[in-house]
Amino acid sequence: MEETVIRLGGKRRTTFMEKVREILPEGGHLNLCLTCGACSSGCPATGLEGLDPRKFLRMAALGLDEEILATDWVWMCTQCQRCIYVCPMKIDIPRLVYNVRAAWPREKRPKGIRGSCDMALRNDSCSAMGASPEDFRFVVEDVLAEYREAQPEFAAMEAPIDKAGAEFFLNQNSREPVTEPDEMVPLWKLLHLAGADWTYGSKGWGGENYCMFLGDDAAWKHITATAARQAEELGCKVFLNTE
Amino acid sequence: MVKTAVGEENFIDMQPNRSNNYCCGGGGGFLQSGFKAQRLEFGRLKDEQIRATGAQYCIAGCHNCHAQIHELSEHYGGGYHVIHLWTLLCLALGILGPNERAYLGDDLREVAVFHPESAK
Ligand code: SF4
Ligand code: SF4
Repeated sequence: MEETVIRLGGKRRTTFMEKVREILPEGGHLNLCLTCGACSSGCPATGLEGLDPRKFLRMAALGLDEEILATDWVWMCTQCQRCIYVCPMKIDIPRLVYNVRAAWPREKRPKGIRGSCDMALRNDSCSAMGASPEDFRFVVEDVLAEYREAQPEFAAMEAPIDKAGAEFFLNQNSREPVTEPDEMVPLWKLLHLAGADWTYGSKGWGGENYCMFLGDDAAWKHITATAARQAEELGCKVFLNTE
Repeated sequence: MVKTAVGEENFIDMQPNRSNNYCCGGGGGFLQSGFKAQRLEFGRLKDEQIRATGAQYCIAGCHNCHAQIHELSEHYGGGYHVIHLWTLLCLALGILGPNERAYLGDDLREVAVFHPESAK
């Protein structure tokens, strides 16, 4: 237990939570907490770093900005949103957590997440593993040719990249093309049998978005927009997010 | 869809399910954050939930979940397998080749193999 008495400062200042309230729709309901604890009782992050969602929200409401901005717990809340689902007041704790992440100096944020985001910014693939559009095309074409030959029932199967006018725009987690390409095939087969008219994009094919996890708004937007623009330019009607 | 593929009697849902279900702990960047001990502790709830079903296979909806649950099974010794939905569907349709089975266990690896001669 915390032994020291927490004194709330005399002079009124804008707290971090108030600033976040201003940018969230309906303030994220952040000031409506009944302290019922429903959020914490079903949160798998409860207990990590001595925190839980209710406690984190209380600290924010009390203006303990230094503490909420310093704890690593914000990197342990997965922003799964279960707490919103069970909360009687629909309080958006994960968005508060997101904004705390975003308030960390970028170079202090977890190296692994930052590295994956930076990889995605290297080229138009937006792949967190840094694979280039050329590498992606090579792997897809190579694997497709191999399967068409080895499994003649699928000789007419396609795995197009940048097919204009396709109905579905599909993205792809980088792990498969980079480390286990055979794992891409079952989905191609299902799409083929279903007669789906689909395509990958040479730009924005990377399905994962670590910039979002990093709390880097501008980079998150860049990645999402790159994929969306490609789907739009190809004239696809539906964006199929496989992540 | 899963029930159609595996048969009603072979499908066991987790409890709680749907929106009340627990996050596995692979998302939100946790897998890359460097906080491994905390990530496994976060996933303890999910591991217990999966083990309570007694099922040998867990179907994951995304790659983060797949990687995290795979690790949970090894770390806590549950020994259950984790597969993607497309693997299950192709297996049920009899079109899953020998090289598309990385995540199937020994019990299913040799079952209804499509073009077994193409094994690498
Ligand atoms: S569930 Fe909602 S109202 Fe209850 S303690 Fe958590 S945030 Fe507050
Ligand atoms: S969003 Fe974060 S605080 Fe809410 S239940 Fe999920 S892990 Fe817990």
